[in-house]
Amino acid sequence: MLSFIARRTAAGAALLFVISFLSYMLLSIPDMDVGRQLLGQGASQDLVDARNAALGLDRPVLAQYLDWLAHAVRGDFGTSWFSGEDVTRAIANRLPVTVSLMVGVTLVTAVLSFLLGVWAGVRRGAIDRFVQVFAVVGYALPGFLVTLVIVLVFAVHLRWFPAIGYVGLTESFGGWLSTVTLPIAALSVGSVAGVSQQVRGSVIDVMRQDYVRTLRARGLPPWRIVFRHVLRNASAPALAVLGMQFVGMLGGAVLVEQIFGLPGIGSMTVNYTTRGDIPVIMALVMFSVVGVIMINLVVDILIGWLNPKARIA
Amino acid sequence: MSEGAPIAPAVPAAPRTGTVRRLLRHPLGLASAAVLAAIVLAVLFAPALSPADPGVSSLRDAFGGPSAGHPLGFDSAGRDILTRLLYGGRNTLGGAVIALSVALALGVPGGLLAGYYGGWFDSAASWIVNLVMALPAMVVLLASRAILGPTVWVLMVVLGFLVTPAFFRLVRGIVASVRNELYVDAAKVSGLRDPRIVVRHVLIVVRAPIIIQVALVSGIAIGLQAGLEFLGIGSGDTPTWGAMLNEAFKNIQRAPSLMLWPGLALGLTSGALVLLAAALRDALEDRGTAPASRRRSRRAASATPAIPAGSAVSAVSPGTGGTPQVTNGTPADAGERAGLLSVRDLAVSYVLPGGGTREVVHGVDLDVRAGEIVGLVGESGSGKTQTAFSILGILPEGGRVSRGSVTVGGEEIVGMPERRHRALRGSVVAYVPQEPMSNLDPAFTVGSQLVEPMRHKLRISRAEAVRRALDLLSQVEIADPRRTFDSYPHEISGGMAQRVLIAGAMSCDPELLVADEPTTALDVMVQAEVLGLLRRLQRERGLGVLLVTHNLGVVADLCDRVAVMRQGRIVETGTAEQVLHAPRDPYTRKLLGAVLDDAPARRPWQPSNAEVV
Repeated sequence: MLSFIARRTAAGAALLFVISFLSYMLLSIPDMDVGRQLLGQGASQDLVDARNAALGLDRPVLAQYLDWLAHAVRGDFGTSWFSGEDVTRAIANRLPVTVSLMVGVTLVTAVLSFLLGVWAGVRRGAIDRFVQVFAVVGYALPGFLVTLVIVLVFAVHLRWFPAIGYVGLTESFGGWLSTVTLPIAALSVGSVAGVSQQVRGSVIDVMRQDYVRTLRARGLPPWRIVFRHVLRNASAPALAVLGMQFVGMLGGAVLVEQIFGLPGIGSMTVNYTTRGDIPVIMALVMFSVVGVIMINLVVDILIGWLNPKARIA
Repeated sequence: MSEGAPIAPAVPAAPRTGTVRRLLRHPLGLASAAVLAAIVLAVLFAPALSPADPGVSSLRDAFGGPSAGHPLGFDSAGRDILTRLLYGGRNTLGGAVIALSVALALGVPGGLLAGYYGGWFDSAASWIVNLVMALPAMVVLLASRAILGPTVWVLMVVLGFLVTPAFFRLVRGIVASVRNELYVDAAKVSGLRDPRIVVRHVLIVVRAPIIIQVALVSGIAIGLQAGLEFLGIGSGDTPTWGAMLNEAFKNIQRAPSLMLWPGLALGLTSGALVLLAAALRDALEDRGTAPASRRRSRRAASATPAIPAGSAVSAVSPGTGGTPQVTNGTPADAGERAGLLSVRDLAVSYVLPGGGTREVVHGVDLDVRAGEIVGLVGESGSGKTQTAFSILGILPEGGRVSRGSVTVGGEEIVGMPERRHRALRGSVVAYVPQEPMSNLDPAFTVGSQLVEPMRHKLRISRAEAVRRALDLLSQVEIADPRRTFDSYPHEISGGMAQRVLIAGAMSCDPELLVADEPTTALDVMVQAEVLGLLRRLQRERGLGVLLVTHNLGVVADLCDRVAVMRQGRIVETGTAEQVLHAPRDPYTRKLLGAVLDDAPARRPWQPSNAEVV
C-alpha cells in the first residue's frame, strides 16, 4: 500500500514537472513586453527595460523557468506581475472558498447519487425512469446555464438566497451556508446526474451477478444483500466517475464563482489568466493539477479498498 | 476534459442496415434529430432569415419587446435578438465543429494505431492523453487566450486538443479488444495486410461508438465554448449564445427574460445532442439479441450430453426415429408425494420485453426423498435450471412460477410469503451453483462469506460462526482451512471455490441440496473429487440431493433416480439403472446414442472432459 502511494506520488510529481515546463514554455511564446504594459505607452524605453529586468524577463526563458521551479518547489510562486500580490498568499486566501465548494459538491453528489442510483437500480419502475430523465437532462445542459436558471429562480425571483457575495465560514455559519447553497446546488446538478447514472448501471449489473443469486439462495434478506454486497461492488466504478467529475468541477467552479461573485480560485483564474500574468497562471495550473492528482490517488486507494482484485501489489 | 466525462457508449456494435430506420422510429431519436436539423438549417440560412443586421443597434429600442419584424424583441443595446440568435448560432456551432474536427482527426487515428499496434506508440500516446486529462480545460482555455489572443476559432482548436482523449480512449479501448478477436486473427492468417484489416474489420466496429461519442462531445464542446463566451473572453461584438447570456446576466435584475432565447437555444441544442446519442445507443442495442438467450445458445452449442461409454449402454440401439413426445416414460408417482421435495405440474413463465409472457417449463413433476440423489438431466435450455431456481425461489427478474405446486419439507412454497420462503433457504434447502468463481462475491473474503449467512440464519456469535466455518472448510477437504478462510475469491482455484460453495451450502444444516451442474466448470480430476465429496456429505448427513446436470456420466456415478427433461417437460423418470440401461423415451435414447456416436466404446470410463462451458 505504502509503495503504491509512493509510486503514484512519484508519477504525479513527474507529471507536474512536465506540465509546469510545457506551460511555462508555451506561456512565454508571445512577447508580451510586460514592462511596457505595466508602465504604459508614455514610459521611456529605459524605464521599461529596467522594469523587465527587475521581473527577470531579460533572461533566457529556460533560466526564468528554472528560477521559477527553484522557488515553486519551496511553495513560493512569486508575485503577480500586474497586482504585485504575493501569489502563494493570494491563493491561500482564496482557497477556502473553492475548497468549501468542492467539499460541499462532493458530499452532495456522493450522498444523492448513491441514494438515487441504488433506489433506481433496485426498484426500477417509475423511480428509475425519473432518475434516467434527470440524468439525461442534468448531463445535457451546460453547467453555467443550469447555474443561471438557479440564480434566476431562487435568487432573483424567489429571493430565498443572495444572488451574489460570500461570507466566510469562520465569520458566520448561517451566512456562509446561505452564500454557498446555490453555488453548491448549481455545481451538483451535473455531477449528480453523471454519478447517479453510473451507480444505477453498476447496481443493475451487480444485481445480475451469480454471487448475488447465491447470496439469495443462502437466505440472506434483500436489504442486507443490497447494502453490503451490491453497494460495495457497485461503488468502485461510481467512484471512478466521481473522480473524473472532479476535473470538470474545477472548470465549473470558474463559471460558478464568477456568476455568484465568490472570491475563490475560479474567479481568480478569470481575472488573472486573461492578462497573461505568468506567475499567477503557473500557480493556478499547478494547484489544479495537484488537486486532480490527489483526487485520483484517493479514488484509486478507495477502489483498491473496495475491490481486493484491484489491489495491485 | 471538463464538464464531466462523456457517458461511455456501451456495446461496441457495428451499425447495419436498419439502424437509421430504427433510430427514426425511436420517438426521442426522431424528435432530437428534427430539433438539431432545424437548428442547423436556421443557423446556416441566418442571413436570409434574419430581420436585421447583427451589428446594427439603436439605443432607442433597448430592451424593446417583440414587434412586427422583430418577433423576439431587442437586447440591452437595442439589437434584434432573433438576428443575434441566428448569427450567434453560426459562431457557437461553428466553434464546436472546429473543436470536434481537431479531436476526431487526432483521436481516432491515434486510438486506432495505439490500440492495434500497442507498443511504444501506445505507451507514449496514452501518457500524453493522461496528461491532457489531468488539465482543467477551463484554466487551459483561459490561459490560451492570454497566449493566442481573443480569437474564438483559435481557442476552439485548443478545445479540440482538450477533448481528444474522449475519442482516443474510446477507439483505443475497442480496437485493443477487437485486435485479439478470432476473425481478426483469421484475416491475418489469410494474408490480409494490416491497413486492410483495420479498414475492413476494425474500423467498422468502432464506427457506431464514435458516432455516439461525437454527439456527446459536441454537447460538451458547445457548453465549454458558450461558457468561455459567457466569461466575456470572446472577441468583442461577435454574437454568440454565450456572449448573449453574458449580456443578459448583466441585466438579470432589469430584464431577466433576455436569458430566455439564448438559454433555450443552448439548452435545446445540448439536450438534443445527448438524447440523440442515447437514442442511437438504444437503436444499436435493440439490434442484438437479449444477453440471456445468447448465453443459452452458446451453451447449447458446446454442451453435448456425455455419458460413460460403458458396456451397459452399448446395448442401446442408437438413433431412433420416434416422435418426440411423452410416450411410455414412467410418470412420477403422481399420487404419493415425497416428503422432502415434491414438485407437481410446475410451470415457469417469463415476462417478455414487449409484453406478454413465455412459458419455459411446462408442468414438471419431480420428487426427492430424504437420503436420495435424483438427477435432472437434459440438454441446455431444457428447463432444468429454471426448475431448480423455482424450488429455491431465486428465479431471475421477470420470471415466476405460473402454475403448479412445490413442497419442501411438506410446506407449500408456491405463493408463500417471501419472508417465510427466505427462512427456508439455506436452512432447509440449499444451493450449489455451477460456476464456482462467479458465485463468490469478489469483494469479501471467503471466510466472511461463510460467516455472514450463519450468523444471520443460526443467530450465533461471530466466534462460533468462525469456528463452524473453519470446521466446514476442513470437512470439504480443504488442506489449510485458515488460509482459505482469509483468502479472497480470486486467490483460490476453481476447485477450491467449488468446495467453499459446497461448504456454504452445508453451513446451515439443510435437508435438501439443489446442485446445478456442480462439476461442469471444473477440471476432470477436480470433478471426480468434488463428486466424491458430494456423495460423502450426502451419506453422512442423509441429505436429499437434486442434481441438475447434462452429464450422464455423473448420473451413472451418483444418482439413485433420474428425470430426463426436454423442452420444459419431463420425458422420462426412473431409477438410474432403468433409464441408462433401458431407456423408454426416444429422446433419452437419442441422448445416450449421441454419446455413442462419437465416443469409442472401448474405454470403460471417460468422463466429460471434452466439454468446455
